[in-house]
Amino acid sequence: MSDDIKKFMFVNTKAPYGTVYALESLEVVLISAAFDQDVSLAFCDDGVFQITKNQNTEGSGMKNFSPAYKALGDYDINKLYVEKESLEERGLTLDNLMDLTYEDEDDDWAEKPSIKLVTRAELADLMDQQDVVISS
Amino acid sequence: MAMLHTVNKSPFERNSLNSCLTKSKEGSTILLIEDAVLGALKGTVIADKLTTAMTTKNIYVLGSDLNTRGFTEADILDGIKVVDYSGFVDLVAEHANVQSWL
Amino acid sequence: MATITVDGKEIEVDEEGYLVNLSDWFPAVAEEMAKIDEVELGEDHWDIINFLREYYEEYQIAPAVRVLTKAVAKKLGKEKGNSKYLYELFPYGPGKQACKFAGLPKPTGCV
Repeated sequence: MSDDIKKFMFVNTKAPYGTVYALESLEVVLISAAFDQDVSLAFCDDGVFQITKNQNTEGSGMKNFSPAYKALGDYDINKLYVEKESLEERGLTLDNLMDLTYEDEDDDWAEKPSIKLVTRAELADLMDQQDVVISS
Repeated sequence: MAMLHTVNKSPFERNSLNSCLTKSKEGSTILLIEDAVLGALKGTVIADKLTTAMTTKNIYVLGSDLNTRGFTEADILDGIKVVDYSGFVDLVAEHANVQSWL
Repeated sequence: MATITVDGKEIEVDEEGYLVNLSDWFPAVAEEMAKIDEVELGEDHWDIINFLREYYEEYQIAPAVRVLTKAVAKKLGKEKGNSKYLYELFPYGPGKQACKFAGLPKPTGCV
């Protein structure tokens, strides 16, 4: 770890499957993890649908890539901000989302939740604190 | 004969479902597919609009697209019917015309 | 399209030798791929191959080497969860080569 660590935030705003943005963004996130930067993800607007639980693609024949979000903790990506207003506008609560967790190295590998519910205003502040924001 | 309308974009991101609801005639049928199935969920900001539309129009969602996104029949508004691919084909066959709202 | 022949079956692989259809995999496929790469698969190799297949089954991605190393350390112990050990088993890289033998796609981010 050196001083030139930058804060990267990937902002996800699109529903999965209908377009390829969600999957492509996830791949970029996994690649970015190799560069030891301070990476966080935000889910707002239709992006909140990317991490719903019980995704089942048997009928549509598409690849279900939702399990890959569960691997983010292994990649040391454990700041997943979900916008409260976006959930509410879509009739969703945190219960509709997958349990995404990470093991905290500094706390005897205790399993902790990665998802943090934030308001629209809080998310705006978080975006403002980043060095790089990549939106899709 | 009534028209079948298909909508495939999320109503939270695009206006196509709204356009379809305002321009489709009474007695017509609307089928939500791909990301548009998200509009059928309970408790959303557009739920009232759909509930009103259902008094004069038939609304369906494609079940496999709903399941793909993590939802089932229990999660959608009462009165919206779920069809599978063969139900989709039946709807196309039963209607004189299909209009796709993209 | 290139193929390899395993137990009399023609199996499609891409230009780098990875399976085109993940469902085509069975253990003899790994043995044949290893033979092509001049690696003899022992129990230690199989531990890693099986681990990768389980990881893919659960997360639908092939893990990055760093993630693989950490996860192997946790599951199989520190003496196996280090890159020196993994590179000895898979000289072309635990990400690339072990994933190939396991029938997985190339790990995301590997070039």
